[in-house]
Amino acid sequence: MATTDKPLPHETEDSQPYWAKAKGGVLAIQRCADCGRLRHYPRLVCDNCHSLEADWIDASGRAVLHSWTVAHHAFHPGFAGDVPYVLATVELEEGPRALGILDCPADAGLKPGMAVTARFEQRADGASELHFAPA
Amino acid sequence: MSLNGKGAVTGIGETQYMRGSPKSAFRLQIEASLKAIEDAGLTPKDIDGIIPIGITGAPAEAFATNFGIEDLRFSAVAPLGGASGIASVQAAVAAIAAGICNHVLIPSGRNVTSGARAGVRIHQMPQFHLVTEFEYPLGAIAPAQLYAPMARRHMELYGTSSRQFAEVAVAMREHAVMHGNAVMKKPITIEDHQNSRMIADPFRLLDCSLESDGGAALVISAAERVRDMRQPGVVIAGIAEGHPDSPSSITQRPDMTRLGIAKAAPRAFAMAGVSPAEIQVAEIYDCFTYIVICQLEDMGFCKKGEGGAFVENGRLRLGGGLPTNTHGGLLSQAHMLGMNHVVELVRQLRGQGGATQVEGAEIGLATGYGDLGDGAMVIMRRA
Ligand SMILES: [Zn+2]
Repeated sequence: MATTDKPLPHETEDSQPYWAKAKGGVLAIQRCADCGRLRHYPRLVCDNCHSLEADWIDASGRAVLHSWTVAHHAFHPGFAGDVPYVLATVELEEGPRALGILDCPADAGLKPGMAVTARFEQRADGASELHFAPA
Repeated sequence: MSLNGKGAVTGIGETQYMRGSPKSAFRLQIEASLKAIEDAGLTPKDIDGIIPIGITGAPAEAFATNFGIEDLRFSAVAPLGGASGIASVQAAVAAIAAGICNHVLIPSGRNVTSGARAGVRIHQMPQFHLVTEFEYPLGAIAPAQLYAPMARRHMELYGTSSRQFAEVAVAMREHAVMHGNAVMKKPITIEDHQNSRMIADPFRLLDCSLESDGGAALVISAAERVRDMRQPGVVIAGIAEGHPDSPSSITQRPDMTRLGIAKAAPRAFAMAGVSPAEIQVAEIYDCFTYIVICQLEDMGFCKKGEGGAFVENGRLRLGGGLPTNTHGGLLSQAHMLGMNHVVELVRQLRGQGGATQVEGAEIGLATGYGDLGDGAMVIMRRA
């Protein structure tokens, strides 16, 4: 299945460490170096103390399902071969949420609070795709 | 200073709504603007403030140039997606009340056949670069896919059902068929909705608004001018905008079932000095059926979680307890970024609602919703 025409993430200075970690299969979360607040997605400044200093932690990958949608219509031709696929919003053990593709059938009887674990799928086009699987 | 009673909608204009218009978005905006200006009894040179809708569209200067306006005193842009129309009305009233200008034109127009569809537009906007970087490459592309998790969360927490979504779709369609200027012309049933194909679960095709072409425009003037104007006066009594928590990412929003309008509505109701029970007609932004249900809760028409039951038994239909989207809304009239909702509210309060007129309507509201959860709300009353 061709994946080459899927949209690619365009990393920025703020997100470069995230994508570097993702290449190695690790889900990284940005942390304010001053007050310790975690933030995802990565941003320039802390929304709590407004510090410009940040570092990164490795997330455990453990999370629970918060909500989801099942994509039946491909709004981009790159995903025409993938429908139906489940897009899951999960709450990471560390606090922030993340969006990923849930590796399960579309009619799997999903419930909020269901335990999932993170992994990265390394796409042939070079993109690292965040996935979750039922734990 | 309260803005209650400071401004009025003195002119409204709309083109025919359709799919596949041969006219450009700018031409549709100009046509609707000329109608609105004429409706107000003004000439284009009387306009001294312009707030164009759509941050990728023509700027105020393009209108000033075409209309030969020699002294444009005020221009602004409100980038709130489908809440831009009402947020622009707020800016217009504030500018008029401050004495900056007299007559503000708010033009909108779209041609999706040649221009950008609503879904693609989001990923071109700087405030959504994080969604575009982290969600778009996973196949979370269109608004239907970005908003569906909000609806799913609501269904899981409160038992809201797809059949309740269908109640919204059926009511909007009924009004569109009666109204005349609407893209959709055939009635639908709950079963038609349930049998329509799944787009982004839980949204079926008939939960989704239209992509359509047309133009809609407003002229806002000082309220004390209404007696000099051509049309019956419709005064702005309460108006506010509100932005949701985590405005640029639904994924990170602490409460996915709470929209920006939850912050705007109490301000607008307090400004107008009215309660939801006094609203006789409502034009509620309906990009998706669920968004209507969520806004009804956030505005206080019912408690959080009770919106599904609220829309049952034809409450939103003409003759129901809260006649809603008497033009058919974005679901069945046209997707005019909510400007058609404001135009329709004015028409209702003037008593010019035609086949879908709510009898004796003197006070009503319109809402806008856009760009991942921004909200705006206006309460108007007959002068
Ligand atoms: Zn901090």
